[in-house]
Amino acid sequence: MTENGYSADEMMAVAAARRLRDGAVCFVGIGLPSRAANLARATHAPNCVLIYESGTIGAKPRSLPLSIGDGELAETADAVVSVPEIFSYWLQAGRVDVGFLGAAQIDRHGNLNSTVIGDYDHPKVRLPGAGGAPEIAASCRDTLVMLRQTPRAFVERLDFRSTVGHGEGAGSREQLGFTGRGVTAVITDLGVLEPDPETRELTLTRVHAGVTVEEARAATGWKLRVADDVEVGEAPTEVELTALRALKTPSDQDSGE
Amino acid sequence: MAEIVPLTDAIEELVHDGDVVALEGFTHLIPHAAGHELIRRGRRDLTLVRLTPDVVYDQLIGMGCASKLVFSWGGNPGVGSLHRFRDAVERGWPRPLELVEHSHAGMAAAYAAGAANLPFGVLRGYAGTDLADRTGIAWITCPFTGERLASVRALRPDVGVVHAQQADKAGNVQLWGITGVQKEAVLASRRSIVTVEEIVPRLVPQPGGVVLPSWVISAVCVVPGGAHPSYAHGYYDRDNDFYLRWDEISRDRDRFAAWMKRHVLETADVHEYRVSLRDEAATAA
Repeated sequence: MTENGYSADEMMAVAAARRLRDGAVCFVGIGLPSRAANLARATHAPNCVLIYESGTIGAKPRSLPLSIGDGELAETADAVVSVPEIFSYWLQAGRVDVGFLGAAQIDRHGNLNSTVIGDYDHPKVRLPGAGGAPEIAASCRDTLVMLRQTPRAFVERLDFRSTVGHGEGAGSREQLGFTGRGVTAVITDLGVLEPDPETRELTLTRVHAGVTVEEARAATGWKLRVADDVEVGEAPTEVELTALRALKTPSDQDSGE
Repeated sequence: MAEIVPLTDAIEELVHDGDVVALEGFTHLIPHAAGHELIRRGRRDLTLVRLTPDVVYDQLIGMGCASKLVFSWGGNPGVGSLHRFRDAVERGWPRPLELVEHSHAGMAAAYAAGAANLPFGVLRGYAGTDLADRTGIAWITCPFTGERLASVRALRPDVGVVHAQQADKAGNVQLWGITGVQKEAVLASRRSIVTVEEIVPRLVPQPGGVVLPSWVISAVCVVPGGAHPSYAHGYYDRDNDFYLRWDEISRDRDRFAAWMKRHVLETADVHEYRVSLRDEAATAA
């Protein structure tokens, strides 16, 4: 909690929620993304269609689910389909506007690691794995990534590439045959990074209220590119904070699922 | 035709050491009781298959039942790591665990191909990732459009195990709510076991319900509460508290072993397992 009366995580959730337009069809990962997507639904985007990879389409949870398959999601969904169907008929077919992901590591081109820290065969930390992320980032029109900005998470080189953001940079996605635009924003507890339109390298375009560009640089494991005119984001409003805190959180941890 | 038999008999007859076994369930309807029976019977060298291995796979791995895992996401949903799975991968305890790692979309396609008795599934996926080297995928060219696509070898487990809400007396099964990849797992497998909450005189169609006819199932076993700590839509809720507690129980090898001994090895069935959990809770309170 800062002296402003909100935490960095709350700022991150609010900043991410603001990027979801009303009516968007959104494929949601559990943890931070689910919290932000449900905040958007509770505030400016009541008509967001939330899809969870358990096959629940149009879920309207009254409290935040602990897992991607809580009964609450099925009970409030417009439709519940099988897992093969959600990935083939809905995601791969290009029906989803926004993919909303977390990760353990990210590199300067928005590629993600959620598989392993260290060597794959002799890992220092074995993480849960990619789950739905590779195809979410390949097929959704836009992909939003949420993770806390630290030098351990924002790395020069990923230990494992679970999910492609912009590959090696300009032209990579086209070469790989992806239909979606890839990572269009990385929302952190310090600000927002967006890919440079030419090179596709992540560039700091916004810092949250009370955060400096230097802090963002120091929290990045590569030499961070900074936009010429970095915007300063608006602090959470009372309405946003109240709505966020009303979302009951069974667990504050991000499983990265 | 499915025979309606006790779970102990179904596991004894249908699951052997060294088998490829898929206990499926996507958060919902996870066949925990069947997993516990595999542990009680001391099955070894199993290749475990599942998109989302969670607590019951953590238990099977920690008890040394598995030598290989085919999966796409292995964690405690909403809580964090699976500590027994991590211990096996990071330190080879109690034995090394070979991994075949997919993405969800790839593994779902592999199951669907298995269910369709096709040699492979096809998808737009894996491109540009390091996962491509871990799944044994092959790149193919669409004969009609020239598009480059990923192909995944079909999954054909020896045994598919799922939990469902209901069966009728003839062994026809219905499950509903989040139905995951259970239909594909049963149809892709050579043999199958379905544990159910109850036998009803007649299956009443449910919205979104999946019906598996008796003649594609090897055995149906009546195991009320058999999904706990997972849930059975319309019967009982997910025991989210248990998933949070599992993080603590499973962190330490000795505490894990003691928990498994008390609640699984020293109980005969799901009823005794539930009673032993209740006794423990009562003592703690």
